Amino acid sequence: MIEFRGVGHRYGERVVLSEVDLCLEQRRVAFVGANGSGKSTLARMVNGLVHPTEGSVSVDGLDPVRNGRAVRKRVGFVFTNPDSQIVMPTPEEDVAFSLRGKGISKDERERKARELLSAYGLGGHLEHPAHQLSGGQKQLLALCAMLVREPDVLVCDEPTTLLDLRNKRRFVELLGSLEQQVLLVTHDLDLLGGFDRVVVIDGGRVVADDTPEPALRYYRKLAE
Amino acid sequence: MTPLGLYEPGASPLHRAGAGWKLLGILALAIAAFVLRDPLWLGVLAAVAVLGYPIARIPSRRCLQSARTFGVLVVVVFALQWLLLGLDGAIVVGLRLVTALAAANLYTLTTRIVDVIGSVERGLGPLRRIGLRPERLGLLVGLTVQAVGTLAGIAGEVREAAKARDAGWSATAFAVPFLVRTLRHADELGEALAARGEGER
Ligand SMILES: Nc1ncnc2c1ncn2[C@@H]1O[C@H](COP(=O)(O)OP(=O)(O)OP(=O)(O)O)[C@@H](O)[C@H]1O
Ligand SMILES: [Mg+2]
Repeated sequence: MIEFRGVGHRYGERVVLSEVDLCLEQRRVAFVGANGSGKSTLARMVNGLVHPTEGSVSVDGLDPVRNGRAVRKRVGFVFTNPDSQIVMPTPEEDVAFSLRGKGISKDERERKARELLSAYGLGGHLEHPAHQLSGGQKQLLALCAMLVREPDVLVCDEPTTLLDLRNKRRFVELLGSLEQQVLLVTHDLDLLGGFDRVVVIDGGRVVADDTPEPALRYYRKLAE
Repeated sequence: MTPLGLYEPGASPLHRAGAGWKLLGILALAIAAFVLRDPLWLGVLAAVAVLGYPIARIPSRRCLQSARTFGVLVVVVFALQWLLLGLDGAIVVGLRLVTALAAANLYTLTTRIVDVIGSVERGLGPLRRIGLRPERLGLLVGLTVQAVGTLAGIAGEVREAAKARDAGWSATAFAVPFLVRTLRHADELGEALAARGEGER
């Protein structure tokens, strides 16, 4: 379970988050809000990439600030731009790379990578140059590189921004089918039907927190 | 993303040779090219490096690509040296450069990054006793090799964007977006690595 207690954040003088109190236990939670409202800052706190300047975050009782490594073992993070997340030349090597330091042999790492990539439809591209994959395939690869680490929670910050409509739908359906808890930051409101909970952020504050329909109704009104 | 410096899958003897031995081979070649001054011998070294390409069965498309990219550099350096040192000096420097670039590029074409990382880790394993972390150094070397391709890709995109706006060539018009993109890439890469369990924070 992920908890925000009185969380605030400022960059220098600029306050970008304030008084966030959330207890996230649902399996599918989405965060929506205008550009610059603080969603990415909030999401990055979950795995300790950003530290709150006020209050605290806890993941299964662990503090991402003090126990960054342990928290990142539980929390996977998929970023917007897959090009920056792919660090090895081929999909197989890239996914296997995620298992470095887990004490498994190289052959075993590569076997696991192949298995997972095949399960997600990238079996035909195991040894192709990763940077020549299509946008959707790269995003899938970035997801696989996280899933292979078997996290309990998956945080995704606008993972579908670069995808076409069909790939967007597929990607979000895929997120829905995972057994992990998923926290999704997105601007694609149409994809949130199956979510348990939608949190609306505005000006660094939580302004609505409900099931998708009422939360999104509120958000759409806010934008008018 | 240009495929420069990217692995070209294959089954040639050069592909199958151990990554560590290949690295030592290149180092030996580079040292020899640095020590020798006789253009004849330097020519032999350059020929050895270039001969590696047909031996590794690198497709001509990739060979041309490399030749185009490095050719410009070699020609510019050669011309400068000719002006500064005269023809003989320019030939020596030019041949050294061709040898080093051809050999280094051939290494990245025939060696998977994971194998580079692995061989560095193994080779530096004994340094663990004096407190160094071979797995960090291995990752560093691997990412550095990768960075060549990434930077070349960013440079290409920035040039194209300038062309699309008819901006012509200007040092600032290139340097500013190139730096911004490079720094942002470094930033995002750092976060992505942390998310994958690399790094301390
Ligand atoms: N490293 C930083 N330094 C200074 N200010 C920052 C930094 N990162 C973010 N900000 C500022 O914090 C605010 C919130 O940014 P954040 O990225 O969290 O917004 P967001 O809701 O994710 O927006 P978007 O929908 O555009 O991704 C913005 O005003 C942004 O300018
Ligand atoms: Mg954001």
